Amino acid sequence: MPEAQPAFPYATLPQQHEAAQLGMWTFLATEILFFGGLVLAYFVYHYGYPQDFDAAARHTKIVLGTTNTAILLTSSFLVAWAVTAGKTGFGRGAAVLLAAAAGLGLIFLALKGLEYSEEYRERLVPALNFSFDAAHARGAQLFFVFYFVATGLHAIHVAVGIAILLAIANRARQQRYSADYHAPLTVAGLYWHFVDAVWVVLYALIYLPGRSGA
Amino acid sequence: MSAAEPNYLTADFRLRSWFITTDHKRVALLFFATITLFFFLGGAAATLIRLELLTPRGDLVTSDVYNRLFTMHGVIMVWFFLIPSIPTTFGNFMVPLMIGARDLAFPRLNLTSWYLFLIGGAVTLYALFIGGVDTGWTFYTPFSTMYSNGHVVLAVIGVFITGFSSILTGLNFIVTIHRLRAPGLTWYRLPIFLWSLYATSVILVLATPVLAITLLLVAIERLAGVGIFDPKLGGDPLLFQHLFWFYSHPAVYIMILPGMGVVTELVTCFSRKTLFGYKFVAWASMAIAAVGFFVWGHHMFVSGQSVFAGLVFSFMSFVVAVPSAIKVFNWTATLHKGWVHFDAPMLYALGFIGLFTIGGLTGLFLASLAFDVWVTDTYFVIAHFHYIMVGGMVTAYFGGLHYWWPKITGRLYPEYWARAAAILIFFGFNMTFFPQFILGILGMPRRYHAYDPALQVWNVLSSAGASVLAIAYALPLFYLGWSLFWGRKAGPNPWRATGLEWQTSSPPPKHNFIETPVVRRGPYEYTPDPVPQNA
Repeated sequence: MPEAQPAFPYATLPQQHEAAQLGMWTFLATEILFFGGLVLAYFVYHYGYPQDFDAAARHTKIVLGTTNTAILLTSSFLVAWAVTAGKTGFGRGAAVLLAAAAGLGLIFLALKGLEYSEEYRERLVPALNFSFDAAHARGAQLFFVFYFVATGLHAIHVAVGIAILLAIANRARQQRYSADYHAPLTVAGLYWHFVDAVWVVLYALIYLPGRSGA
Repeated sequence: MSAAEPNYLTADFRLRSWFITTDHKRVALLFFATITLFFFLGGAAATLIRLELLTPRGDLVTSDVYNRLFTMHGVIMVWFFLIPSIPTTFGNFMVPLMIGARDLAFPRLNLTSWYLFLIGGAVTLYALFIGGVDTGWTFYTPFSTMYSNGHVVLAVIGVFITGFSSILTGLNFIVTIHRLRAPGLTWYRLPIFLWSLYATSVILVLATPVLAITLLLVAIERLAGVGIFDPKLGGDPLLFQHLFWFYSHPAVYIMILPGMGVVTELVTCFSRKTLFGYKFVAWASMAIAAVGFFVWGHHMFVSGQSVFAGLVFSFMSFVVAVPSAIKVFNWTATLHKGWVHFDAPMLYALGFIGLFTIGGLTGLFLASLAFDVWVTDTYFVIAHFHYIMVGGMVTAYFGGLHYWWPKITGRLYPEYWARAAAILIFFGFNMTFFPQFILGILGMPRRYHAYDPALQVWNVLSSAGASVLAIAYALPLFYLGWSLFWGRKAGPNPWRATGLEWQTSSPPPKHNFIETPVVRRGPYEYTPDPVPQNA
């Protein structure tokens, strides 16, 4: 295997690696503020319509949501494993693990689609067929607008993540990464973990209200 | 320039090479061409506005067309000229040169940023020309989502796309300044222009995504007719305003911080003196960026937010004036006993200091709750922010343009024409906007195309000033264009400046430096004789 060379305009490989890491962290800071605006809107309306939000949240599919949480957490574990494998030069192993993680991502999206179709049948989709008991309809509609916008944006991120994982898996299979050069691998991993972390927050906001206690 | 070593302009002559370039210097010129176009488009809308306001009756355009004109002016000038202006042009060009790097950290991302800007700009322009938008640049809900008959969704999508261009540029600068500095270039040896671009980038990266999600929600509410911000459907219009100003007030600092950076470079270079209080000026940029995130509520004093929130936001707005004042005092102290040269860039810098001070002080008026109630939505507000953005930012932009012109093109511009334009801009600007302070105090509301005939004299004065300003802004097009072909050769360092960007040839070679420079001293060692940073 030829010795890896730093890409233009870097002088050394560690410099290139650090730049890639910092770039991704900065991008993730942007993403946090992007989802942050949405989460702020959620809290404002949760404060305004606490009972409506609880009533609406009880209509979410907690079994599917919890299964999906487990699936994403598992995929994150596989990605972390793949990064370690790639760093130690075990490219084929990393490729298999990344492909498996991407597969879990696809299952996540499929289950999410199933969830959406059930919600459509139960007339919970604002703008298309929303109907809810009149006492809670105002806040419940706001809840479901948040639900579809947030999970929709998250699903786009998952889809992008799957494409990235597969591309990186292909390069790992060709033994492109080593102890000296593995910036794309770690950076892709960071992105995937972030997408996972966003889901954990969304899970708490979407599925749990109104389900504890009385 | 020797024939053996082509510069970045002569490295490849094919047109195609410009559209696939990843050279930060060429990307800077792509941005320069694009935003110049937007500047004159936005200016044309402003000209029509001032023409309409020449007479008290609404006689030139209907009120509906007038709404579309000022929206077009605002949207174009804010997002397609002021926000990108200095960062994407002089920032792109100078950041790698000033830190002794061969390019930005992510050259391809930089080109992507330009394409996103171009696509976003095209979409928004399309919306503005097929019928326009009548909401004002702020897209306030529920008007924008439920009642407006303009092309809101299309315009908003264009701004949304352009936002990602901003984010990528900010990200690129942050990583570049952290990781690509030449050996010996410590943080406290960075030229202040880089500190201010760093502070700007932090805002670009952290504030722009909030605008993105807000505009997305506006588009969804309008398209789907579901309640997000519409009170009739349970939504909260104040939430929109909070989210919008959480971006749009820091955006003011996106516009002014780079200008402050340029002016710092100009003031030290043309007074041949070390900057007074370097660390204070550097950290003032960071302080403005940080505190600037907590003042947005001063746009909402009369919106019905709580009195307590009003008090806190008023106090914070006074706090953010402190670092701005530190900068003004330090520039003044730098001038003190300096050997001041009144070259065109310096005339712009001095103009900036004066106009920015007026804009800043009237900002304090507006940060005071009681006074703000009196002048909310009047021409006082218009005059205030034009003093910051046009008197401040655009003046600094022209200062930087003249200062770095010889480096970018390799040619000197005609000095007397440039000085004439600088002075004309200063007088034209004051004549246009100072009467608007008075109009505001007298109670003339913004966004109306007809007004009380008693106010005509100030409006005529303002419109007359605007025509002077229009000529003054057009002048550089001609003499700078002329200098491209017939200007004298500049040589590497016509200003005898100390920064690294002046230690390579003009125009610079494709990869900036033949050999990576090693930095041995701070950026402004002008006395007794200028010493380059790498000497």
